[in-house]
Amino acid sequence: MPPAVVVTDLVKQFGRFAALRGVNAEFAPGRLYAILGDNGAGKTTLLRALAGLAPPTRGSVSVLGTTDLRSICGQLGYMAHPSLLYDEMSGMENLRYFARLHDGSNADQRCSDVIRAVKLDPSLTRPVGQYSQGMRQRMSLARALLNDPKILLLDEPFSNVDVRSARGMVSLLTGLRDAGKTIFVVTHQASLLEGAADEFVCMEAGKIVSRTPDLATATETA
Amino acid sequence: MKRAFPILAVLTGVLLSYALYEALVGAPTEQTMGDVQRIFYYHVPSALTAFILFFINLFASLIYLVRRNNKADIVALVAAEVGVVFCTVNLVTGSIWARPVWGIWWTWDLRLTLTLVLWLIYVSYLVLRRFSSSGQTPLLAAVLSVFGALDVPLVYFSIWFFRTQHPQPVIGGGGSIDPRMLHVLLINWLAFSCFAALVCWSRYRLEVLQREVDETLALEALLEPRTSQPRTSRTGSDG
Amino acid sequence: MSTIAGLTRATLAKDLRLEWRSKDAINSMLFFSLLVVVIFSFSFDPTAEESRRIAGGLVWVAFLFAAVVALNQTWAREVRNQVLDAYRVSPAPPNALFLAKVVGNFIFVSVLQALMTPLFIVFYNLRALGPVYQLPIVAALGTWALVVNGTFFAAMSLRTRSREIMLPLLLFPISIPALLAMVEATGAILTGEFSAKFWIVLLAAYDVVFTIASLFLFGFVLQAE
Repeated sequence: MPPAVVVTDLVKQFGRFAALRGVNAEFAPGRLYAILGDNGAGKTTLLRALAGLAPPTRGSVSVLGTTDLRSICGQLGYMAHPSLLYDEMSGMENLRYFARLHDGSNADQRCSDVIRAVKLDPSLTRPVGQYSQGMRQRMSLARALLNDPKILLLDEPFSNVDVRSARGMVSLLTGLRDAGKTIFVVTHQASLLEGAADEFVCMEAGKIVSRTPDLATATETA
Repeated sequence: MKRAFPILAVLTGVLLSYALYEALVGAPTEQTMGDVQRIFYYHVPSALTAFILFFINLFASLIYLVRRNNKADIVALVAAEVGVVFCTVNLVTGSIWARPVWGIWWTWDLRLTLTLVLWLIYVSYLVLRRFSSSGQTPLLAAVLSVFGALDVPLVYFSIWFFRTQHPQPVIGGGGSIDPRMLHVLLINWLAFSCFAALVCWSRYRLEVLQREVDETLALEALLEPRTSQPRTSRTGSDG
Repeated sequence: MSTIAGLTRATLAKDLRLEWRSKDAINSMLFFSLLVVVIFSFSFDPTAEESRRIAGGLVWVAFLFAAVVALNQTWAREVRNQVLDAYRVSPAPPNALFLAKVVGNFIFVSVLQALMTPLFIVFYNLRALGPVYQLPIVAALGTWALVVNGTFFAAMSLRTRSREIMLPLLLFPISIPALLAMVEATGAILTGEFSAKFWIVLLAAYDVVFTIASLFLFGFVLQAE
């Protein structure tokens, strides 16, 4: 099977600061990859590069066989540290609107399905701005899932989420992985993905330093 | 190519001196305005040079938008900077000329107003270049340049019609020009153009060198091992 | 094409709904507009004859200030939680987003004008001696000229330092022909001394040129990092 993502000599610089300093990797489809590393290692920048939000300074990123990331953006789901949601609207209203961006037919059903998948109540009318941080994270994940993307890019989805909900999210993700999606999760809480992630990718100082399916080995190097 | 620069410099020096002599001494004295009119030989060529440079900025910006060619971006920057200088000269000489002759410092006549608006547009262009984050500057600046160029004919027509509604004194006069004066005018324009070319060339080389330095420093940052956390956090990322 | 229209409508509806819910932006701006009118009225106290001549300029400068305040918050909600990233990653055409914002601003500024105009009429005892029906046309074309470029430059200034000052700095020089047209047209209609037709045509041309240019180039600005 052709790889889902191919990164070749990827360099990303912001002025003089080099966030990514030459990343080379291939990622097979239908796997769950956990991306680990200290602050400043380049994890978020790598994710953004895969999403097409951070065009490479040098090198290339190929997703689903093409470097023109705009053409396949309908198959990407992206979730970042900020919620990417409107604080003043309720969860369902947000989703209904973002479903429009993907030209979703049967949008209402899809929206409530996705909200239930992240264990939130579709009938909640409170604006997202009043949610707890954990609820907002889950809402943001729901938004990323709206278009049923082939590739999920999640940046710290478990931060500020209580353990039970986090475990629920992990089982949701493994379900999606088993259904054939390729999932990249940037996280500081590697233990949550033990047994779930197919591979732990460790980054340091803008480069990938190790890739292993074994969490113990991964945390040793990190 | 390297030897062309000093040759151009010498040529410019000679032309400017000759042109200055002609403007101050050689050209015939104007009938009504007297010697004050001689500023005309600086006022008009600086405007012509500025307009040409702004055209160059537009073309370079269009090339950048289509091809993302960095050299085009440098040409656009250089043309705008030098163009603004010549534009300023035109505006100031216009004022200096107007005062003794027509008794006013300023008038909203077609040419002066058009020049002032161009000056404003290109100064805003330079401010945008200064204030935007370095990665996006060439793109945003190129877009603004296109907007400015689209604006120019609209500015022209609006002021032209405004002037027919509210007639104002015209600085610089209309009508025919004495052939000897035309000759001096052209000499001065040639001298100004050479001077503009000289300054643009130097500025271009300076900018190319500056960018090479930045590139080298950036490459070094790539290679050296990073053990500490970055000083600044971009785009709110922390990894 | 239907996707663009549909998405524009959806985005506009969302923006209007959100504005109606919070009402904080519109309230403060209404009050700001009122203050502007009062201060102008204090500063310039002309006779009836004079006021018809200069009212065009006064009114449009006041509208311009109000418009800048409105334009500066065009993208505020999108910036707050980096919602623009969601747009950039989606296949949605950027033009739909842009059009929705422009129309939203147009409605917004028109509401402000609707408040300020009667106040100006009262404070300056204005009465139009020319064809009054042309006034709404001038108002609509002029407002569109300001908001189409204003929304575009507001998006550009998101990528710069000193965002709030960058917007008027970029907007004012480019808007000069439109401003001249608005002022002259209004003066022509109020005094009845000459025809506003040329200015109306110029405004229409300005609107067409810059609407097309903005639609063409907005994609670049949105995708800029």
